[in-house]
Amino acid sequence: MKTETLVNVDHISRYYGDDRAVDDISFSVSRGEVLGFLGPNGAGKSTTMQIICGALAPSTGSVSIAGYDITTEPRKAKQHIGFLPEQPPLYADLTVDEYLKFCGRLHLIPKSKLGASLASCKERCGLIDSGGRLIANLSKGYQQRVGIAQAIIHSPSVVILDEPTSGLDPMQILEIRKLIDELSQEHSVILSTHILSEAQSSCDRVLIVNRGKLILDEDIKTLDSETTHASCVIALQKPPLIEELEVLSGVTHVDMIDQHRFRVAYLQNNNVLLHLAAVAATSDWGLFELIPEHDSLEQTFVRLTQGEYNDMSSTSL
Amino acid sequence: MNSIISIAINECRRMFLSSFAWVIFAVVQFLLAILFYLLLSKFMELPLAQTNRGMSEMVVVGLLQVAGLVLLLIAPFVTMRLFSDELRSGTIKLLLSAPITITELILGKYLAIMIFFFCLIFLISLMPASLLIGANLDLGLIFSGFVGLILLTSVFTAIGLFISTLSKSPAMAAVSTFIVTFLLWIIHIINDPGNDKLEAITNYLSLQKHFNTLLSGAFNSVDILYFVLVSILFIMLSIWRIDALRTHQ
Repeated sequence: MKTETLVNVDHISRYYGDDRAVDDISFSVSRGEVLGFLGPNGAGKSTTMQIICGALAPSTGSVSIAGYDITTEPRKAKQHIGFLPEQPPLYADLTVDEYLKFCGRLHLIPKSKLGASLASCKERCGLIDSGGRLIANLSKGYQQRVGIAQAIIHSPSVVILDEPTSGLDPMQILEIRKLIDELSQEHSVILSTHILSEAQSSCDRVLIVNRGKLILDEDIKTLDSETTHASCVIALQKPPLIEELEVLSGVTHVDMIDQHRFRVAYLQNNNVLLHLAAVAATSDWGLFELIPEHDSLEQTFVRLTQGEYNDMSSTSL
Repeated sequence: MNSIISIAINECRRMFLSSFAWVIFAVVQFLLAILFYLLLSKFMELPLAQTNRGMSEMVVVGLLQVAGLVLLLIAPFVTMRLFSDELRSGTIKLLLSAPITITELILGKYLAIMIFFFCLIFLISLMPASLLIGANLDLGLIFSGFVGLILLTSVFTAIGLFISTLSKSPAMAAVSTFIVTFLLWIIHIINDPGNDKLEAITNYLSLQKHFNTLLSGAFNSVDILYFVLVSILFIMLSIWRIDALRTHQ
């Protein structure tokens, strides 16, 4: 696979009045990469995505798409982008076909190829039987599909999806996720999401944004292997004092969940779990559950977006 | 250029898909047909000596005069959702992230509304055209009057277009557009006897004065220029406004 850089975001900031919604964010996306954009509500995810696709202008900094600067050569740059905003930008009074044809023309698809593009994007988004239906009458899930179809009809090299799965039911989420996997075969995808497991399953790389600042930019693989903190939930019938657990070697922190359950944070090291089980057995604590917690992205996310925000931003930037 | 046409076609399609456009056509046609009939029957009662030249002036110009006023009333409803809807539903993001310029976007929308008004004015023109069967009309006068009507709708469209970029609420846009166009329509009544300068200014700004000159058959470049300049001014304001949404929102 080529490692050509398709999107290059260079030190962009964006102010709403005196509010700094995006604060000096830089990153790049190469061809075929799926980039996950994470952050709490109001962190600046949507603003950043709108800046990348030219719907908002950055206050400072620049964005280039496939080598074209979005502010100085917008027409060329925007041809390479497909964008699905948080609210799918649909005209409810049109049918699916009418709407998608308009989007195709808007993205300068030549007349001769419009029919083929329409058919292929409808097929990929599962809309083949819905062409004649009025958008207003479609369910939320189908409207979302039309939104995605709109973003890929002109086969852009970069597809930007702002919370593509929000408000959908679990089955629809699975379908959209499958669609995103298919998209990543040919397009670079930037997607923002609240759902961490989604980022973990579909993205190659995650960015975590908080209060407008980029606080993490890491490959999913490195993120998984480099996690230094791990935790487990341990349930004991005859629990000792918390202090007794805390002094065990490798354990960094213990939280009490209820009378019998504790969340034990420890340094990433399998021996800690063995040791914990052994100690529990010999001290007759009545061990009946020991569940390792693997959701490292979630931990990282919570750790970065709360409390440890300041010292992490210096190490990861 | 293609993008302008794409935007215009889409806008027209959405307008004609709703009942709104057809209701406007029907209401305007109904009102003006009644008026046309009244004017015509009144004219028929006049002594024979005043025919022909008088018919164009009395019936057709009279019709166009009222048509101008009716268009003043309906134009805000036609233009109100041009951008208000896009801003409210978020479809503006689709347009802003598409490879088109803001100028193309604005011109496309302007063109769409002008196509709508062309259709409406064409329907209106059928009434005077029916007179051609049995009467000898002053075609120059009538032509000048219709040019006036088209230029007038161009100004209404440009003002409505701009005001719809200011508000997410179509109702708000309609009311504001009506206030602005109505003020511009009657601004010449602001008058201070003895103050010639003020009178010259308000007379120059008045839509109605320029429209009336064209209706009287005087095809002055000053009047044409006035309509064109006001249209261009508001189209440019719309372009700046949408551009400012990207940069200063």
